[in-house]
Amino acid sequence: MKYVDEYRDGALARRLLAEIRRTTTRPWALMEICGGQTHTLVKQGIDEMLPDGVRLIHGPGCPVCVTPLEQVDKALAIAARPDVIFASYGDMLRVPGSTTDLLALKARGADVRIVYSPLDAVRLAVANPDRQVVFFAIGFETTAPANAMAVWEADRLGLPNFSVLVSHVLVPPAMTAILEAPANQVQAFLAAGHVCAVMGWTEYEPIAARYRVPIVVTGFEPLDLLEGILMAIRQLEEGRAEVENQYVRAVRREGNRAAQETISRVFEVGDRTWRGIGPIPASGYRLRPAFAPFDAERRFEVGEIRVNEHPVCIAGQILQGTKTPLECTAYGTLCTPRRPLGAPMVSAEGTCAAFHAAGRGLGAPARPLVELAAVPETALAAADGPGLAGALPGSSR
Amino acid sequence: MCLGIPGKVIEIRDDGPLRMGRVDFGGVRKEACLAYTPEVGLGDYVVVHVGFSISKVDEEEALRTIELLATMGDLVQQELATMGPGMEVPAVVDEPAPGGRVP
Ligand code: SF4
Repeated sequence: MKYVDEYRDGALARRLLAEIRRTTTRPWALMEICGGQTHTLVKQGIDEMLPDGVRLIHGPGCPVCVTPLEQVDKALAIAARPDVIFASYGDMLRVPGSTTDLLALKARGADVRIVYSPLDAVRLAVANPDRQVVFFAIGFETTAPANAMAVWEADRLGLPNFSVLVSHVLVPPAMTAILEAPANQVQAFLAAGHVCAVMGWTEYEPIAARYRVPIVVTGFEPLDLLEGILMAIRQLEEGRAEVENQYVRAVRREGNRAAQETISRVFEVGDRTWRGIGPIPASGYRLRPAFAPFDAERRFEVGEIRVNEHPVCIAGQILQGTKTPLECTAYGTLCTPRRPLGAPMVSAEGTCAAFHAAGRGLGAPARPLVELAAVPETALAAADGPGLAGALPGSSR
Repeated sequence: MCLGIPGKVIEIRDDGPLRMGRVDFGGVRKEACLAYTPEVGLGDYVVVHVGFSISKVDEEEALRTIELLATMGDLVQQELATMGPGMEVPAVVDEPAPGGRVP
């Protein structure tokens, strides 16, 4: 197909890059919100192909990374109970809590299950009536429709043994918090396409107007990102600050009404603490009172939780875009995808993991012995420079 | 986890209270809940997120994306690896450390 091949051979990508260069007359700082976008930008090296002075700041849009340590510790306390089957999205398993993680707990005998869809957790509860099934309901607006439906289904089925540990966060309040920060450098946003597929973009219009920032709803492929960057720079150069939609094939202004309806039946907006960032008012979802019986925090008395971040981890600054992983002393040495110290090194959507997978700052001479010891010999044989990253779990599948 | 993938609806079941179906992601076929996209029919493309279809996709654009993905792999392969059947090993498994090998 002519239309397709053109995209495949990169000709359009080159054209988009040339157009970005032609359009840019001044330095600009753009933030991509979503960790999936960060991964593609870093992996494809798009951030390094942009004209001098155009900078991409990687935003806090990695759901695994911003789930607060306190919630992770609560998850660990609940998962350790012998009467519980703890169900979670796979990425959460290696997220470090204060003392351990879910995967280590599972290795020690806790019944921790990976589910792809939250409906799988509901099925687990149906199949195991004598056990308590707890689902770790985390994520942005993208997982909210699924997580809400799981609770709705459990309620419809009258399941007494299903509950959710909720840690939902919302994008627009985080954008506002970033823009309000005195040290803010972000001049335009690439909004996360799939968040907008659910919510639409009307929430972004007052933000664009109030803070005079262009916001471009952007997809996840290299060409999407290049086009989104171009649209944002065009606005900046022309002095416009509007919400535009690059991701036309999947996003409509009003979003997905059916999904929004189920979300608001089950959840209400509440304050949330973001890992590494701190509390942001009205920045997340919690269960509505009518669904309190499904609240795992009520069902299981987990007591007072005292949290403990690893002292060298600068995840907070990474998530706010004020530092890059290369400025972290632990990056690639003490902290690797195999042994993450902080959440941004766990998920493929985390900025530290994206940098590591792309081999950023991992030149062979700088590679420390401690990391070599943890890598299989076969990988070492082929490990010249960035190749090493490809041998690590999380970057090769 | 948070990556949405476009795929083609190849089966729709309206039997239960939840509209369910199967979606083909460039050869990998998975179960998905279609309740949030009541307008889609067989052969339509949808973006699937943690087992739920959240948006109908323009087919011409979706084909273009799939072709691109086929040339890139990576994140999408990871996401597909977490998609079942049902409950499985995580996409990011901690492989046993090669013990005792000290340089
Ligand atoms: S490299 Fe590791 S320790 Fe450093 S900020 Fe990232 S997650 Fe934290």
